[in-house]
Amino acid sequence: MTRGPDADADRTLSRKAFLGAAGGLVAGAVVHTRADAVDLLAAQSPTQQTSDPTKVHGPPPSPLGRRAPTEQPRRLATRPSTSASSTTPLQDLHGIITPADLHFERHHAGVPAIAPDTYTLLIHGMVDRPTVYTLADLKRFPAVSRIAFLECSGNGGRGYTRDPAPQTTPQQADGLTSTSEWIGVPLSTLFQEVGVQSSATWFVAEGGDAALMARSIPVEKGWDDAMIAYGQNGEAIRPEQGYPARLFLPGWEGNASVKWIRRIEVTDAPLMARDETSKYTDVMADGRSRQFSFVMDAKSIITFPAYPYALPDRGWWEVRGIAWTGRGRITAVEVSTDGGRSWEAAQLQDPVLPMCHTRFRHLWNWQGEETVLMSRAIDETGYVQPSTSALIAARGPGGFYHSNNIRAWHVATDGVVTFAPGDPS
Amino acid sequence: MNGRGPTLAGSFALLLLVTTSCTIERTPEADASPDDPAAAEPFGFGSPASDAFVAALDLDVRPDGAGLPEGSGSVAEGRRVYLAKCAACHGPTGTEGPNDRLVGREPSDFSFGRDRRAVRTVGNYWPWASTVFDYVRRAMPFDAPGSLDPDEVYAAVAYVLYLNEVIPDDAVLDATSLPRIVMPAQDRFYPDDRVGGREVR
Repeated sequence: MTRGPDADADRTLSRKAFLGAAGGLVAGAVVHTRADAVDLLAAQSPTQQTSDPTKVHGPPPSPLGRRAPTEQPRRLATRPSTSASSTTPLQDLHGIITPADLHFERHHAGVPAIAPDTYTLLIHGMVDRPTVYTLADLKRFPAVSRIAFLECSGNGGRGYTRDPAPQTTPQQADGLTSTSEWIGVPLSTLFQEVGVQSSATWFVAEGGDAALMARSIPVEKGWDDAMIAYGQNGEAIRPEQGYPARLFLPGWEGNASVKWIRRIEVTDAPLMARDETSKYTDVMADGRSRQFSFVMDAKSIITFPAYPYALPDRGWWEVRGIAWTGRGRITAVEVSTDGGRSWEAAQLQDPVLPMCHTRFRHLWNWQGEETVLMSRAIDETGYVQPSTSALIAARGPGGFYHSNNIRAWHVATDGVVTFAPGDPS
Repeated sequence: MNGRGPTLAGSFALLLLVTTSCTIERTPEADASPDDPAAAEPFGFGSPASDAFVAALDLDVRPDGAGLPEGSGSVAEGRRVYLAKCAACHGPTGTEGPNDRLVGREPSDFSFGRDRRAVRTVGNYWPWASTVFDYVRRAMPFDAPGSLDPDEVYAAVAYVLYLNEVIPDDAVLDATSLPRIVMPAQDRFYPDDRVGGREVR
């Protein structure tokens, strides 16, 4: 029997027409040809289409893309308050780039609405030429780009305990870190333009939000690798990340990378602003507090398998996670699949960039045993991510900021994974 | 002619990029000196900032009192300001919340690092009185930031410091008296001593 294309089409069509009719859609429609069927099916809503995408045309191109209906990662926002934040769904992400709409948030007075055409950045103080820059001025300077993490120094505070809550996801544990490609003008360029004086030692960065949030930064960081960023992952910085421009300080605690930056005053002393005295200072067991602790030390977290996942089968599983350090590059990540008794080098996924999330992975053959998974990051200074007990021994139990102790996941014999103390057994 | 002008095009572009990136990567020592003969000519983008523009934006108040405005406020005046504009968030005596607790001298031994439940207040943790003024002026009250005039800010700061038993009930704060206040926690802070490497700090 000769079966031409039309025969195939007609047979398919009759099935589709039947399915459509069963859905109550085709009343009165006459389906003779494939073209008729395409027209008919295009008129149906997506949820009512048949399940075989090879037999129907999809939607046409559109001005703005959308995620697959079945892939809807979400930030997790704290209740609205004076310390509002939202976390990145680390467990849902691949690679190192955080989609901009999933970048974590931490605001001190909400997200300001700043018009780009009236935005200005003032640089003054110990400079030869106090200057006001528009956004267009900033964009006219030679631009740089770097892919780097941004982490709130409060990230992981809930893991800074020997008794963490088992029902904690990677997002809840460490979701105040994200990685973006940041594009902007090097602050060194602007420092050179305004003529920063040689006796300057600090600069105060101030945001244009309702908190006028301010931080003091050593002037060396400005000359080194700071930038005024206006781009993020190929587009303008999102309002939640500082639109239209922000300070970005690679490797340093997120709070210091002042968003919505409106003013930089070059000085010879720190301002002692609220967020560098009463907040973002690190209490120590000896009755003191560490101040201006900018650099984020090396850290890692396994993002798979992790709560609330349950391993359905024994056999090979790829343990996956991210590692990062504010002191350069990650040089190694070690993974333990036996509660810290033994450690093996995980594979690092290129690119391994300085001050950037770095992917690691480690193959693990699970035979149904109860165990604990851990990871520890090592950076180019030789620093090794410490156990929870080691960090508490160095600082005392009262701390919160800069909690970079080892994160662990308990695996039960039924495959259920829960958050666990970061201490080798 | 500006030797790295961004308007040049064509085959010069690569050379210009190299020149510019060399400039950017100069050491702070070389760049910090305005007399450095090697310093490149500025692009000159942007506009000169007038003193008035700077003054309108610059609200910084430093521990030495630099930046404090004219005006003054007493503890008694501060009580009125506090009850009207602060108490709803911080409680009638600065201890009730619902937002940050402002008042309390315990733990007086700064034992926060040993006790996670210890609450940090202006009286037991804030190292500088200037910070209270600076923060209140720039960010408070939370529902109307920047709405207090200098006298109200001085007064509110005075009342909070009085509640913390840092200043007496007849104190009046102004640009002279505020920087002289020594906060209980002033000597508790030290600069970051982490340096990477093997040691955990």
